Amino acid sequence: MEENNLKTIEQLQQQIDKLQKKITKLENNRKDQLSIACVSGDLDKILATMIISLAAAAMDTKVKIFFSFWALSALRDPKKHPKGKDLISKMFGFMLPNGKDKLSLSKMNMAGIGPKMIKYLMRKNNVLSLEEMFKTAGELGIEIIVCEMSMGLMGFKKEEMIDYPHLSYAGAATFVTDAGESAAQLFV
Amino acid sequence: MTQEELKALNVAKSVDARGTACPGPLLEAKKAIGTIEDGDIMEILSADEGTKVDIPKWCSKQGHDYLGTVEENGYYKIYMRKNE
Repeated sequence: MEENNLKTIEQLQQQIDKLQKKITKLENNRKDQLSIACVSGDLDKILATMIISLAAAAMDTKVKIFFSFWALSALRDPKKHPKGKDLISKMFGFMLPNGKDKLSLSKMNMAGIGPKMIKYLMRKNNVLSLEEMFKTAGELGIEIIVCEMSMGLMGFKKEEMIDYPHLSYAGAATFVTDAGESAAQLFV
Repeated sequence: MTQEELKALNVAKSVDARGTACPGPLLEAKKAIGTIEDGDIMEILSADEGTKVDIPKWCSKQGHDYLGTVEENGYYKIYMRKNE
C-alpha cells in the first residue's frame, strides 16, 4: 500500500516537473515563430535565409519567409513560360535570374565563376543544395509568402513561380502582422 | 556524465549524420526523435563542429535532456534523452 502511494507521489512529481518546464518555455517565448523579410536576390543571401529557416524549423519554430523584390528571382521556375507579358515585363524577365540556379553572388561573382565555385564547395562539404533546401523546407512546413506588389512591379507572374506546397501571396501588412507575433524577425 | 558513462549508455536510436553539414544533423535528429519513446536515449553522430553546440540548444528549447558529447576520431557522438 505504502509502496503504491510512493509510486503515485513519484509520478505526480514527474508530472509537476514536466509542467514546470512547459511554463518556463511559455514564459520565455513570445509566439515561437520566425519571420524573415527576404528582399535580396543574391545566392549567398538566399542560402543564408534558407539555412536559418531550416534550422529554426528543425527546432519546431514556425517559419514564415516573406519574399520581395530581387529575392523573387529565386522563386521563378525556369521550366514555366507565362504568356501575356508587356515589353518592360519581358525585359525584366529576361535580365533577372530565371530561378535559384541562376543567382549570382553579392561578392566574388566573377561573371558566374564564383557561384560555380561555391556550389562545388557546398557539394564537397555536404551542404544541401538550394534545390534540396527548398524541398526540405516544404516538408517542414516553412511558409513562403510572395509580395504581390513587387511581383507585379517586376513583371513576374504567378504562373512562373515554383511549385511549393506552402506558397501564398500577400502584401506588406501580412509581414508586419506576422513579424509582430513572432519572437524573432530578420531582414535579409 | 563522464565519457565512460556516456559510452556505456543504452542507446535506443543512433543517427548517423556524418554525411551532412549544418543544418543537416539537426534536421536528421528532428526526424529521428519522432521514432523513439519518451525517456529513450538517442545518439547523433556528426562531423560538423557546430552540431555539438546546436544540439544542446535544441534540447533545452524542446525540453529534452542533453547528456554529453564524446569526441571520436574526426566526428562527435552527441547523447540526449527524449522528454515528451
